[in-house]
Amino acid sequence: MSANANANASAPAGRVPDAAGHFGRFGGRFVPEALVAALDELDAAYRKAMTDEAFLAEFDALLRDYAGTPSLLYSAERFSAKAGARILLKREDLNHTGAHKVRNVLGQALLTKRMGKKRVIAETGAGQHGVATATAAALFDLECVVYMGEVDTRRQALNVARMRMLGATVVPVTTGSRTLKDAMNEAMRDWVANVDDTHYLIGTAAGPHPFPEMVRDFVRGIGEEARQQCLDLTGALPDAVAACVGGGSNALGIFHAFVPDTDVRLYGFEAGGEGVETGRHAASITGGTSGVLHGTRTYVLQNEDGQTIESHSISAGLDYPGVGPEHAWLHDSGRATYAPVTDTEAMAAFELLCRTEGIIPAIESAHALAGALKIAPTLAAELGREPVIVVNLSGRGDKDVHTAGEYFGILDKE
Amino acid sequence: MSRIGVAFDKARADGRAVLVGCMPAGFPTVEGSIAAMTAMVEAGVDVIEMEIPYSDPVMDGPVIQKASDIALASGVRTADTLRIVEAVAATGAPVVTMTYWNPIEQYGVDAFARDLAAAGGTGLITPDLIPDEADEWLAASDAYGLDRTFLVSPSSTDARLKMTAEHCRGFVYATAIMGVTGARAETSDAAPILVSRTREVTDLPVGVGLGVGTGAQAGTVAGYADGVIVGSALIRCLLDAPDQATGLAALRALSAELAEGVRTPIR
Repeated sequence: MSANANANASAPAGRVPDAAGHFGRFGGRFVPEALVAALDELDAAYRKAMTDEAFLAEFDALLRDYAGTPSLLYSAERFSAKAGARILLKREDLNHTGAHKVRNVLGQALLTKRMGKKRVIAETGAGQHGVATATAAALFDLECVVYMGEVDTRRQALNVARMRMLGATVVPVTTGSRTLKDAMNEAMRDWVANVDDTHYLIGTAAGPHPFPEMVRDFVRGIGEEARQQCLDLTGALPDAVAACVGGGSNALGIFHAFVPDTDVRLYGFEAGGEGVETGRHAASITGGTSGVLHGTRTYVLQNEDGQTIESHSISAGLDYPGVGPEHAWLHDSGRATYAPVTDTEAMAAFELLCRTEGIIPAIESAHALAGALKIAPTLAAELGREPVIVVNLSGRGDKDVHTAGEYFGILDKE
Repeated sequence: MSRIGVAFDKARADGRAVLVGCMPAGFPTVEGSIAAMTAMVEAGVDVIEMEIPYSDPVMDGPVIQKASDIALASGVRTADTLRIVEAVAATGAPVVTMTYWNPIEQYGVDAFARDLAAAGGTGLITPDLIPDEADEWLAASDAYGLDRTFLVSPSSTDARLKMTAEHCRGFVYATAIMGVTGARAETSDAAPILVSRTREVTDLPVGVGLGVGTGAQAGTVAGYADGVIVGSALIRCLLDAPDQATGLAALRALSAELAEGVRTPIR
């Protein structure tokens, strides 16, 4: 049995979240009563599955044979030389569909089947979660509807085509700001109306309980693998783990196994956009305040009246005005450190990885790389030696070629 | 007893249901929304449900979303909504506030309860706050004598129905159909069942919302519920009108039709 299944079977330590999904003062359920029965049903199915050997074996087999995990932990020598730290890349970009997200969708699709539901819905920003959901829906023969902001359907036309090829229906959302948060609102509305036969396959560790905890558990294999791989490779745990944070599933996935290792520093890098001071960013922890959004209490970008403020980031996958409640709690408890990375810093790291390692990262993951570059000198000074930093390379950059090409001005004029 | 309770008692004595009319605060402007809610009361709406506009209203359909967006774009603030409550309450009709939770949390739960009570509001309807998460609101509403209306749904278990109703004061809001707000051609078969299930666990009046748009539908719902809650159809009168005067005339006409409907319950 893999590390993933073993860890899933172990009893949760200290009961965070509590039985109602509270991570300290964050999390919980801020939802219409109409959804409570479905959330309870999901919670029961998920808890049963997590102690069911058959479910865990099926999940592990899918992750291994279909998704291609465990993903490699790769020692990026040339990038490390530039960084002044030993950078170990957790290659989630090599997973089927090109990102860590496949772990979550396979877990939730399996649960959907167990609950006897025939239809899944999802929200998507850049389209990555939509593509992953459409992929799992094709594999499990589920009807699939993906809500996507109208603005994003135009920005990400290729991913719209991918979802349609996989048999999904893509619904452009024309309400509000016509981006990810509005796609999430629309998916919630669909779920309220169709909850009997439909599972809402949320794409990140956010939303009402049990989603934050459940999604984390489906992706926590990332950190479990990386922890063991780092021990095997270096004989020790890393000094730090770095990940980008939008909703925060890839970061929780890699953090979770390291949380008890208090000597390992955990860094979450948020999308600083044009700079937190400009107001044009997506850094909910660094630049937001506590509030309720999309069913959970967490850090939110909002005005004084509690109206959500639109986020900005060059990375569509980080362009969300909230964050998973467990991150809010890890921030408050001081166990993890969160800092913003600007578009400019992320794109510099993006280019550096391309040129030194021949790996085109997702722009999301480039935020984690940029963050590692920022903390390396401080860590080296503090430790008096070259630090070892595990960076979650959460996704590949194929989807970002157009954005990056425009950013670097390397596209031929038509 | 709360003023809403009095309104329900009076209607019950008259052998009819209470008509609750919903309108977003600040739609299309602060003054415009006061004029609209006043017109509704004058045309026969018994209770005004004033919705605080919110950027992410997940329980609302396209009509209320659009009206909320217009209100927010016009610059309405939470403090303005209290001014609207005060102005509309001056008509004598009870004004209950419907709100998603985040605006209240940001204003401060205790401060909002204090200011709502001072403005003459009767209480809150909370579509995304369930009693499980409501400790602060339970305390504040007790402290300032405000009503609490939580929602019950056809999918609520018996245990949750009982628990939710026990935390309500004033009336219980039964969401007639599984889905968001908005007028529909047919009202729901699930609604009468939900109302009777709710009555088994509480003596509070039960209002039915989601989907009612005509006098005939109001009459049908009045046949089994204590209150008929209408939102989108009323709001559409203003959204579809070329100017304010036409909109208010349509709003009065529909309010009067609905008021007639709740007085002719179809049993």
